[in-house]
Amino acid sequence: MNILEVENLQVTDMNTGQIIVYNSSFHLKQGNCLAIVGESGSGKSVTCRSIMRLNKPWIHQSGDIFFKGENVNHLSEKEMRKKRGKNLCMILQNGMSAFDPSCVIGVHLRETLAAHFGWSNQEIETKMKKAMESVMLKNPIETMNKYPHQLSGGMLQRIMIALALVLEPDIMIADEPTTALDTISQFEVIEQFIQLRERMGCSMIFVSHDLGVVKKIADDVLVMKDGKIVERGDISTVFSKAEHEYTRYLVSTRLEVSNHFRKIMGRV
Amino acid sequence: MGSYMMKRILVSIPLLLIISFLTFVFMNLSPQDPAEVVLHAQGVPKITDELMTQTKAELGLDKPFIVRYFDWLVACLQLDFGNSYVTGQPVWSLIGPAFLNTLKLTVVSSVVIIILSILLGVVCALREGTIIDQSVRGFSFFLATMPPYWLASLMIWYFAVKLDLLPTNGMDSYKSYILPVAVIAINYAGIYFRVVRSSVLNHLNEDYVLYARACGVPERKITMHILRNSLQVAVSIFCMAIPIILGSTVVIENVFAWPGLGSLSVRSILSRDFPIIQAYVLILAAAFVLFNTLSDIINAAMNPKLRKGL
Ligand SMILES: Nc1ncnc2c1ncn2[C@@H]1O[C@H](COP(=O)(O)OP(=O)(O)OP(=O)(O)O)[C@@H](O)[C@H]1O
Ligand SMILES: [Mg+2]
Repeated sequence: MNILEVENLQVTDMNTGQIIVYNSSFHLKQGNCLAIVGESGSGKSVTCRSIMRLNKPWIHQSGDIFFKGENVNHLSEKEMRKKRGKNLCMILQNGMSAFDPSCVIGVHLRETLAAHFGWSNQEIETKMKKAMESVMLKNPIETMNKYPHQLSGGMLQRIMIALALVLEPDIMIADEPTTALDTISQFEVIEQFIQLRERMGCSMIFVSHDLGVVKKIADDVLVMKDGKIVERGDISTVFSKAEHEYTRYLVSTRLEVSNHFRKIMGRV
Repeated sequence: MGSYMMKRILVSIPLLLIISFLTFVFMNLSPQDPAEVVLHAQGVPKITDELMTQTKAELGLDKPFIVRYFDWLVACLQLDFGNSYVTGQPVWSLIGPAFLNTLKLTVVSSVVIIILSILLGVVCALREGTIIDQSVRGFSFFLATMPPYWLASLMIWYFAVKLDLLPTNGMDSYKSYILPVAVIAINYAGIYFRVVRSSVLNHLNEDYVLYARACGVPERKITMHILRNSLQVAVSIFCMAIPIILGSTVVIENVFAWPGLGSLSVRSILSRDFPIIQAYVLILAAAFVLFNTLSDIINAAMNPKLRKGL
């Protein structure tokens, strides 16, 4: 069953009239992980934000986005807001900028959970504590009382994952969640993503530059270039017999990186 | 935090010393001999060398420069800025009440400016690109480009002369405030609301807003976060704006005959009444340093990143 079906999604910048994403259609199977790869500026982030309906006001999107059979592209803003976080959750690239710099992390966590559940502060704290421990964050309570700049990028990324663990969304959209991290933290965060999928069985859209990472985590791949989907299929097919020249180029250049990555981590 | 405040205040002391020294030096660079000015001002018909020496000794002008500076500084700290060359009255008795009047005008104007700027800035940013945003920006640009004295004259002509609703000058009742405050507010709010607007817009584009929305946090709460962060910038700018407004009342006070520092200083400049000018410059400079320090401290209190680094 497809939990998400995107049909003829077209995204236009109304200020310039430029089309950012052309007529794109794809689907995400229940419990699967769909990776979106492609060069910078190819429209991966815009596609993710379109699903969440969080593009800037001057960015117009048309087409249909069916989430569990319901067309979310036609939902009112109020109904959409209820879906965000609870059903569709997003994890951003840069943890450092993903939290309000002048509040401690706990403020965001409490505000998010209070928006979706009628939990007391006590309940929120115990649930977050458990989730944060499960993503290998030591001293969760202390961490919640820290400001973003006092934590590392990898920790912030894991806090976002922990929050997702508590929210239990149907679909998690991770937009390059490891790009801003060093190799060691990258490895740790990827491990958490894999475990997250195993634990919750949630479906995932995973945007990444790193084909090595994609290979580890994804079931299906979309390759985007200049706002168009140029290749799609399950992971092994795309990697072994890529049809599009651009994909072959990506595969040949990125495998080198992932070999390096594996060597560092001492894994073969 | 406490130690940061102490540090910041300690830093401002040498700054004040330097400013006071420069003020003193500049006044002494003036080509006219103060003793001569005093004698002229007192209407002495014929200035003899003997009279000059005597006056110099009276004013302490025969002492070495540095001694005079310290004498002057110590006196200033006790609000004793000397006597007016023209009337012979103590400077503080003239400048004190004038300062109070200017302060009243400045405080009322600043409050109006801050409220207007925040209100307009936030509304325009949250409604970016809409008719509201565009018309407020266009209209404010139009108003801000008008020279204040011209705008003031225009308003006096319309509201005070033609409609006879408000007094043309002086400070007799709360009504006297309306026109000068309006002129100052129009001029500055037009600038500062843009600062607030662009600051809010910057924060609207931050990742944390996207993430909060993606998590389904209510828009009302997100707006509070944006306000809190963007007002950090605004607070320091407003703090710096207050001494600027204080200084810029010269024009407005002269147009509206407001009995404040601005009017007094212009009169003193015309009659070369150095002690008053000196005190005026010093008070203004001290206000700048004071508000600069204040803005840094407020900023540090609001911004945990700064607070930590200090
Ligand atoms: N807010 C916006 N306003 C106007 N154009 C935008 C906006 N956001 C993105 N775009 C345009 O959309 C195109 C795709 O951007 P997008 O961020 O989706 O790329 P990406 O594939 O995520 O790249 P990266 O790998 O660098 O994250 C770019 O050409 C960009 O100029
Ligand atoms: Mg991107």
